[in-house]
Amino acid sequence: MSATIEFTIDGKEIKGQPGQTILEAAQQAGVYIPRLCYMKGLTPWGSCRVCTVLINGRPQAACTQPIAPGMVVESSTDKVNALRRNIIDMLFVEGNHFCMFCEKSGSCELQALAYRLGIAAPKYPFMFPKRELDMSHPDVFIDHNRCIQCARCVRASRDVDGKHVFDFADRGAHRRIAVNAEAFLKDTDLAVTDKAAEACPVGAIVKKRTGYAVPFGQRLYDKKPIGSEIEAGVKS
Amino acid sequence: MAKPKVATTSLAGCFGCHMSVLDIDDRILKLIELVQFDKSPIDDIKKFTGRCAIGLIEGGCCNEENVRVLQDFRAHCDILISVGDCATMGGIPALRNMVPLQECYEEAYLKGPTVHNPARQIPNDPELPLLLDKVYPCDEVVKIDYHLPGCPPSADTIWEALVALLTDKPVQLPYELVKYD
Repeated sequence: MSATIEFTIDGKEIKGQPGQTILEAAQQAGVYIPRLCYMKGLTPWGSCRVCTVLINGRPQAACTQPIAPGMVVESSTDKVNALRRNIIDMLFVEGNHFCMFCEKSGSCELQALAYRLGIAAPKYPFMFPKRELDMSHPDVFIDHNRCIQCARCVRASRDVDGKHVFDFADRGAHRRIAVNAEAFLKDTDLAVTDKAAEACPVGAIVKKRTGYAVPFGQRLYDKKPIGSEIEAGVKS
Repeated sequence: MAKPKVATTSLAGCFGCHMSVLDIDDRILKLIELVQFDKSPIDDIKKFTGRCAIGLIEGGCCNEENVRVLQDFRAHCDILISVGDCATMGGIPALRNMVPLQECYEEAYLKGPTVHNPARQIPNDPELPLLLDKVYPCDEVVKIDYHLPGCPPSADTIWEALVALLTDKPVQLPYELVKYD
């Protein structure tokens, strides 16, 4: 098992261990691959496709694809980043992302990816869908306007908290996060201390009374782009 | 050579972005050296006096008048910039986009908890610009050349972008200056 697997990302030699995904091996080597539905500690899901890379010319999700010897991976190229920008643009126009009053703004991974990829405004027409709010729980709320359906809450609740509070309901454009109760979050056994309550990359699942605590200029992605800590070699 | 002209307007916005323009502080003296203001609330010129190099648009389009003004700006300006979240994505006024227009009217003039309207009239004077079915970001109405997001974009963001354009340099703003809030 001690054998290393050698491959390249954008020409850089990477040494990984067998069983690692491209995203994990890259991260260990200080190469940041943009991602949204991936979260350390959760089973890779491969649904957002933001971590798409070209492997020997073929698009694959870096969070689910295991490394193999000699593979040639393209990640931070104009072509791949253009694909990623399209995905981020679509996520912005398909929901209602009002950054100017969102509790998560400044520390939001969707917003931070848009900043990192240089998006000044999405290029598609906005859809402004009608979505619901669930404020019933005493400590946590769900704002479906901001949900990007990354399933991080689903996996965190099911696999880490052992509760299965969240899952998807409906299909296609109507697909949405639903709670494991008749109607409301308050009727589930979600606790504010659950991993699921802090797994949301955007402002869709937010702990109450914690908003706007950090001033402008000091929030997670105010000064440095998302992924900077990985590129600086800080192990998380 | 005559100084290039800059025009500005506030459509469905709150004038916060114009405040941010003024927030460039003493650099406004430098700006006056670089440009001449044309149609703008800053100098209260109501009609275009000629061709402008740059048009700054605050706010999106919520009514037919906004659309006419925006089209007028597109016709008169070489470079059109949407300034702020309302112009780039609809912003706060676009919160009504999830509610049908008729319901918006009824809430505002008939059903709202603080409404006093004994005649039960919804304003419909020909003088009033008709509302659009929803609020549109500027680039869904005319071609926009640059977007400066933010609520409002900081004075530095607006300054850096203007200076780059006026000195024929590429508009490449540093990471901290492009924000959505």
